[in-house]
Amino acid sequence: MWRRAYKPAIFLLCLLPLAQMLWQLSSGALQPNPVEALLHGTGDWTLRLLLVTLAVTPLKRLTGWRRPVLWRRMLGLFSFFYAVLHFLVWLALDRELLWSQILEDLTKRPFVMVGFAAWLILLALAVTSNLWSMRRLGANWKRLHRLVYAAALLGVLHYWWLVKADVREPLIYLAVYAGLMALRLPWPPGGTVMSPWRRSL
Amino acid sequence: MRRRYRPPFIPSSEITDEKLWRDRRRIIRAAGIAGLGVAAGGLATLAGAFSGRPPGKGKGNAGAGSEALEPTPWKYITHYNNFYELGTSKSEPAENAHYLKTRPWSLSVSGECEKPGILDIDELLRLFPAEERIYRFRCVEAWAMVVPWNGFPLSDLLKRFQPTSRAKYVEFRTLYDPERMPGQKRRVLDWPYVEGLRMDEAMHPLTLVATGLYGKELPAQNGAPLRLVVPWKYGFKSIKSIVSIRFTEKQPRNTWNRMAPDEYGFYANVNPDVPHPRWSQKRERVLGTGIFAEKRPTLPFNGYADEVAQLYAGMDLRKYF
Repeated sequence: MWRRAYKPAIFLLCLLPLAQMLWQLSSGALQPNPVEALLHGTGDWTLRLLLVTLAVTPLKRLTGWRRPVLWRRMLGLFSFFYAVLHFLVWLALDRELLWSQILEDLTKRPFVMVGFAAWLILLALAVTSNLWSMRRLGANWKRLHRLVYAAALLGVLHYWWLVKADVREPLIYLAVYAGLMALRLPWPPGGTVMSPWRRSL
Repeated sequence: MRRRYRPPFIPSSEITDEKLWRDRRRIIRAAGIAGLGVAAGGLATLAGAFSGRPPGKGKGNAGAGSEALEPTPWKYITHYNNFYELGTSKSEPAENAHYLKTRPWSLSVSGECEKPGILDIDELLRLFPAEERIYRFRCVEAWAMVVPWNGFPLSDLLKRFQPTSRAKYVEFRTLYDPERMPGQKRRVLDWPYVEGLRMDEAMHPLTLVATGLYGKELPAQNGAPLRLVVPWKYGFKSIKSIVSIRFTEKQPRNTWNRMAPDEYGFYANVNPDVPHPRWSQKRERVLGTGIFAEKRPTLPFNGYADEVAQLYAGMDLRKYF
């Protein structure tokens, strides 16, 4: 069955941005400011994959297609994977492990603070993304994992506060985020959603 | 007319390519070291400023300013630009450069001066022959490069229009023409771009009107056909593609200052001790180095403190950032 190939295919797809960045790094295409390019590239993909993760539920509601639910954890973990790379590039290459400056950034600069807050949330979600944690946390697991909505919003804000004047791209991310959140609202109010295209898993 | 110099016509086939230019620089630098004993006094100070060797600092000084300035390669200087009139990313200005036609072009000079007037670009280039100035360039975004400009002192140009005693500041404006500058079709900034200098800053011998780069005509993405270069200030002060200069009594409001007054001041002198609200200015990334290359410490006034610090004596540089 081709369907069994979906998940590994998506796994490889999620690694493509990293492969491209590494290829461009080795070919010199990221010059003249490769650290900035890596920082922005990993940040972009954190946010994109987080929004893809948040698109699974609306997709299911609109189309009745439930299979992506099986990939949601992997997509979320890939978003975290790029967030870790983003954090490490920032810490080691951009801030050069100069702790006084890092501390200053983390306490004085709002765009860094919201980014770090989002990162901490993603860390907590990634750590508790296994079956054992789900069982242990019980009903609290779902409550904890609702923080993903806050993480995505903080991520968009982090980007918004970074740009100097042209907020077009952060606006696109914000619009996608708002759309994905709106699609979660009960509609019609109080009613259940019936999809005309309900399909089997 | 004080100078009637006509530069010879140079066919593009005879323009030095970057490699030859670099070899030539190497020879000049070697000769310069040999002749170091000849230079003396104020002349040495200024010469040191132009070549990037801060005067009074020995060779043993490990500061970033003491090393000989190695110009950033042409392809980086011309493909990593902040020029929102041609696009807001770093690569767009080079991609959109073809929109910016630099002929016809004229510069109008007005305001508090005896002889206001309009200068055609070709006449201007004839009147003010270009010399080479290798300057450090420090962007407010904490990256830096070294640029071999060709140009002439702004003071030469300004004197021609005889500013009066009421002229306390100089205001510069970029072309406003959304056809030639497609970035102006969206109101990212309050077009046209405006910058300003205090009169003494404008008349300082380091302040340059650049018309060329690496001995070639200035590329559009670098601010053709003429731009300002003020090497001790953050790059956004060095306004590109100028069409108007006005002598004023009041301090002009520069574009970025209007956009975000808490982030961009009027003076914008490079200062490692005054952070931008969103990032530190203590260190700078040298363009074109590898990912593991260390940043270098940013110097007060971008390494030109000996030449310009006295312009700001007694001023609170945290307030007038």
